[in-house]
Amino acid sequence: MTTLHTVNKSPFSSSSFDDCLGLAKSGSTVLLFEDGVYAATTGTSSAEAITNANGVSFAVLGPDAKARGVEGKIADGIKVVDYDGFVDLVAEHDKVHAWL
Amino acid sequence: MGKRFMYMNTKAPYGTVYALESLEVVLIGAAFEQDVSLAFIGDGVYQLKKGQDTQGIGMKNFSPTYAALGDYDVNKIYVEKESLEERGLSLDDLQHLVWEDEDEDWAEKDSIKLVSRSELADVIDDQDVVLSF
Amino acid sequence: MKLGIQINEGPYQHQAADSAYQFAKAALAKGHEIFRVFFYHDGVNTATRLAVPPQDDRNITQEWTELQKEHNLDLVVCIAAAQRRGLMDEDEAKRQGKDANNIAEGFRISGLGQLIEAGIECDRLVTFGA
Repeated sequence: MTTLHTVNKSPFSSSSFDDCLGLAKSGSTVLLFEDGVYAATTGTSSAEAITNANGVSFAVLGPDAKARGVEGKIADGIKVVDYDGFVDLVAEHDKVHAWL
Repeated sequence: MGKRFMYMNTKAPYGTVYALESLEVVLIGAAFEQDVSLAFIGDGVYQLKKGQDTQGIGMKNFSPTYAALGDYDVNKIYVEKESLEERGLSLDDLQHLVWEDEDEDWAEKDSIKLVSRSELADVIDDQDVVLSF
Repeated sequence: MKLGIQINEGPYQHQAADSAYQFAKAALAKGHEIFRVFFYHDGVNTATRLAVPPQDDRNITQEWTELQKEHNLDLVVCIAAAQRRGLMDEDEAKRQGKDANNIAEGFRISGLGQLIEAGIECDRLVTFGA
């Protein structure tokens, strides 16, 4: 079963990003949206963790990054999607696991 | 047996309403005869801490409800080992939750399964629906 | 795809209702079906008829009311969570002896079973919360 994990909190204020990485299996995707987009920004330990995560893909919701003025700071290798892409990700995975 | 439903519990009780209201979903959900599992990770493990006494804070102590889960056929309760250890807790600190197996002459069995993070990842992977609160 | 959406937080306090709305719009535009939107915890506050947010920003309740109308969506407010937080429809208000009701158009109050049913009937359940 493939899972789309969603993380919506900043990695600096909540452990949900770390908790998600600890449980995400290879073949799954993590979508960072709302305040979770900060985890995808360059120069952070979370972006480094993303680079080192084996077999787990990452995506960031562009509109949320843009809203926060960090769309130009998204680390390499992280796909930027819009709400259409969010819907597609949901369809492409067997289930969604929201980290709240 | 229907779909495999996993209820994720990641928050401590009383400080917020999530623990109480997610338990209410579990109880209602039990009537739908799906394959139900509960996972307690992170601060969620605190929900199962025994000896909760809420008199001093004026809130209802809803922890006895966990003990009733066995009667609702909810007997797959996964507690993440790492989350317990990080919080200085062990299985002994938690309520002893049991269920009665009618296939084995109503023998009393433990509902709590202590699992490692990676074991839990496999369990969650196997689920059809994840409910988060 | 048949989608179920769960919204766990109140309007404005968290982005949940907004994100869910944008997601729902995109899903509908792509031709997916939204089986149900279930409002739980403080999410029930999205259904208030009495909100008057500032004119220069979005009116979250109204957005959902209009989307419901346009696509005949099933917007369900959990009765247990609603009772705790004081969201009532006309019948509930009469039953509970309250002097007013406050549910907005397009929302209906029902039980937690509606959420479980959504989990059973839908291909995917997407949760927005905090």
